[in-house]
Amino acid sequence: MKRFINFVWKELLHILRDYRTLLILFGMPVAQVLLFGFAITNEIRDAKIAILDFAKDNTTREISNKILSSGYFMLYENLQTPSDIEPAFRKGKIKEVIIFEPDFGANLERDGKANVQLVADASDPNFANMVIGYTTSIIADYQSELSKGKTLPASINPEIKMLYNPNLKSVFMFVPGLMSVILLLVSAMMTSISITKEKELGTMEVLLVSPLNPFQIIVGKVIPYLLLSLVNTATVLVMSKFVFRVPIVGSLPLLIAESTLFLITALSLGILISTISNNQQTAMMISLGALMLPTIILSGYIFPVENMPLILQWISNIIPARWYIRIVKGIMLKGVSFNYIWMETLILFGMTVFFIAVSIKKFKIRLE
Amino acid sequence: MGENHIISVKDLTKKFGSFTAVDKISFNVLPGEIFGFLGANGAGKTTAMRMLCGLSIPTSGKATVAGFDVYRQTESIKKNIGYMSQKFSLYEDLTVKENIEFYGGVYGLSRERRKEKTEFLIDLLKIEEARNKLIKSLPLGWKQKLAFSIAIIHEPKIVFLDEPTGGVDPITRRQFWDMIYEAADRNVTVFVTTHYMDEAEYCSKVSMMVDGRIAALDKPEKLKEQFGVGTMHEVFVKLARPAA
Amino acid sequence: MDYAVTVNNISKSFDKTKAVESVSFNVEKGELFGFIGPDGAGKTTLFRMLTTLLLPDGGEAFVDGFDIVKDFKKIRGSVGYMPGRFSLYQDLSVEENLKFFARVFGTTIEANYELIKDIYVFLEPFRKRRAGKLSGGMKQKLALCCALIHKPGVLFLDEPTTGVDPVSRNEFWEMLGKLKEGGITILVSTPYMDEASKCDRIALMQKGKILDIGFLNDIISKYEKPVYALRSGDMHKLILDLRAAENTDSVYSFGDYLHYTDRRGKAVEEDIKKILISKGHTDLVFKQINPGIEDCFMSLMNK
Repeated sequence: MKRFINFVWKELLHILRDYRTLLILFGMPVAQVLLFGFAITNEIRDAKIAILDFAKDNTTREISNKILSSGYFMLYENLQTPSDIEPAFRKGKIKEVIIFEPDFGANLERDGKANVQLVADASDPNFANMVIGYTTSIIADYQSELSKGKTLPASINPEIKMLYNPNLKSVFMFVPGLMSVILLLVSAMMTSISITKEKELGTMEVLLVSPLNPFQIIVGKVIPYLLLSLVNTATVLVMSKFVFRVPIVGSLPLLIAESTLFLITALSLGILISTISNNQQTAMMISLGALMLPTIILSGYIFPVENMPLILQWISNIIPARWYIRIVKGIMLKGVSFNYIWMETLILFGMTVFFIAVSIKKFKIRLE
Repeated sequence: MGENHIISVKDLTKKFGSFTAVDKISFNVLPGEIFGFLGANGAGKTTAMRMLCGLSIPTSGKATVAGFDVYRQTESIKKNIGYMSQKFSLYEDLTVKENIEFYGGVYGLSRERRKEKTEFLIDLLKIEEARNKLIKSLPLGWKQKLAFSIAIIHEPKIVFLDEPTGGVDPITRRQFWDMIYEAADRNVTVFVTTHYMDEAEYCSKVSMMVDGRIAALDKPEKLKEQFGVGTMHEVFVKLARPAA
Repeated sequence: MDYAVTVNNISKSFDKTKAVESVSFNVEKGELFGFIGPDGAGKTTLFRMLTTLLLPDGGEAFVDGFDIVKDFKKIRGSVGYMPGRFSLYQDLSVEENLKFFARVFGTTIEANYELIKDIYVFLEPFRKRRAGKLSGGMKQKLALCCALIHKPGVLFLDEPTTGVDPVSRNEFWEMLGKLKEGGITILVSTPYMDEASKCDRIALMQKGKILDIGFLNDIISKYEKPVYALRSGDMHKLILDLRAAENTDSVYSFGDYLHYTDRRGKAVEEDIKKILISKGHTDLVFKQINPGIEDCFMSLMNK
């Protein structure tokens, strides 16, 4: 065990001494989140909306005023009938229509419950999601003000409808996708490079002719990068939550546990790469070419898997990131519990076991 | 200082930060001389050689190589010298013929001239059967001899050899020196570093670098006389010991 | 007799190249044994097989009593190995490198300080310096310390002096001499012929084979022909003229002299002198000398 800790310590020293790589490793997640975040988001300001008010009572007027005075929205027109909604969107000026049910205020007073429908133009899904998000939170705000000092809490139930892109496929997808790419890059590429570096330097020879066994060498290489990648995961999560307000709806511990599993998948891939490459250059090429590109293109990170040709959809099944993205999406955006993602988890787990088995089998205890 | 010095160095200095790698060295080399450039590891040989090859700009001092200034005319220097080292020599994954033709091209030889040179070298080194073999499949001795021939393919005035015979077997080592002599006979100036002290005896003049300075510079027999010893090895030990 | 290393007919090929061909030898305990030969002689391959890094194609070998194939784990725990390139972590300091290798073998610097003391004193002033910033001689010393830190029974040093200047080489051999006194068996390879005299016994290697093996003096005494050392005013011309002479067996330059052997055996001195004077050589020096290891090596190469 002492030997092992000694080895891990040495690895940490290597990482800490290489300032440039360190800067890239920690700077990259930040840069990528900012890049993707700003490329996709637009600050909401004076977004044009339409209101279809069937109730026209005090409550709906108050809510409308609150929404319009927030600075985020601007009233484009008042609609009279549901048949006006479609043409209003078609004109392309408005982003959202708010529809209050008839007797909204009365229902709220009598039953403590009322329905409002939010319809958004989801052809720009990210923007639509934000518009809805802002509106919902303003309504929720109003609702809690209203509930103050009342025995029966008022409940306004916003019913959300996305037009044109009902499943909201790429909204916030950049966060799960980015996490998978960063974890893969740091874990797989850095471990494979650090193992091949020892081969190149000749120190691998000395390590082999020592009581260290291959398992200790491999795991010793992996642990520092595991720690590093966990830090990166946290960075991405914190930044996406606080800078871009991407919600984490589900359980954080579950998310971290699943991310750790994916990390181990990536690390075992890195080891696998190192067993088949003899120098850092090859390791780098394989990591980038055989790992990064398919991950970016086929995992659903940039292009939705559902839109791909069948053959590519089929290939995407063997890409670990695809399953991880589904898991993260489920937990972060939908708030699902483990029951809904056990299959993806099992697939990742299986892949990991496979990679580790192959790399231990392939790890050379001698030179070629 | 005669005009006919092919290499002329005066107070040449190179500093890296506060560390002085080469400290005011001065010497002259005549055309056709075999100039042995010896010294312990880290004494500054490589740094000095780089400056003379136009790869590194000196901090201060003067030097001309083949009549060109090491500060301003590095490109002209590169055209007029050949360079070979133990580490850098030939492309392992190209054949003998391809290597010769490539380097011929680098030094601007015409197509016919390259063909002619290729035939000449293959004939000279008696490596007809290896013509289309990859360099990496050749014995080290062949590689080094070929590398030397290629280093002088453009008939430079000076050739710089950095430990050309390291690890080579004793017979090939001597054949290599035969080639050096032949080049010197054709009035090519040879500037050579080595860790084999018997090879120091083959030089027409030897300089010994210790801690960035030239501690001794003369003909081998004069140096032995000066230090009262019988071999260049002993001269080296006497000079370098205090530095080690 | 209990040997530290026993090798029987060991062979190894890479593709078509026979790197090591039926090599056999024994090394006694506490011996300083040298493998001398140029690059490509098979020294590194041989060492890698003995340190269990390569599997032999044929033959068998034992190190410290352990089979290099079956007991490779035991050998890995007990031998010291310094590969040809100084295998140090360039970004770690002198002390960190040493500490790391000590712990890899489950020991500490303090526990075996006595063994490395004489070498480590040179490094002490640079304790905090990164290994990558050390001079060649210093790297070599540090690599030796790292290979010694677990007090190995057998030490394998693959070309430790290659590319190192003569003074540092001398120092290095002095250190090996001291280690030998401490009882460690040392196998060392080198391309420098003059280092043969520093070893107890030597094996001359060329193209995967052992040309000769034994004590230096025994190898030299097998050299039958008289060797003459010659010099004249024009050394280069001297070589050419002697090569052209009809009874010449070999002419090689050796520093400021040429070494000459004749096909006819004895009493050729006057004859050769006559030829050379007729060719216009002046200041002729001509003497019979004892052959050196390099004479032997070259004559064995030509056999």
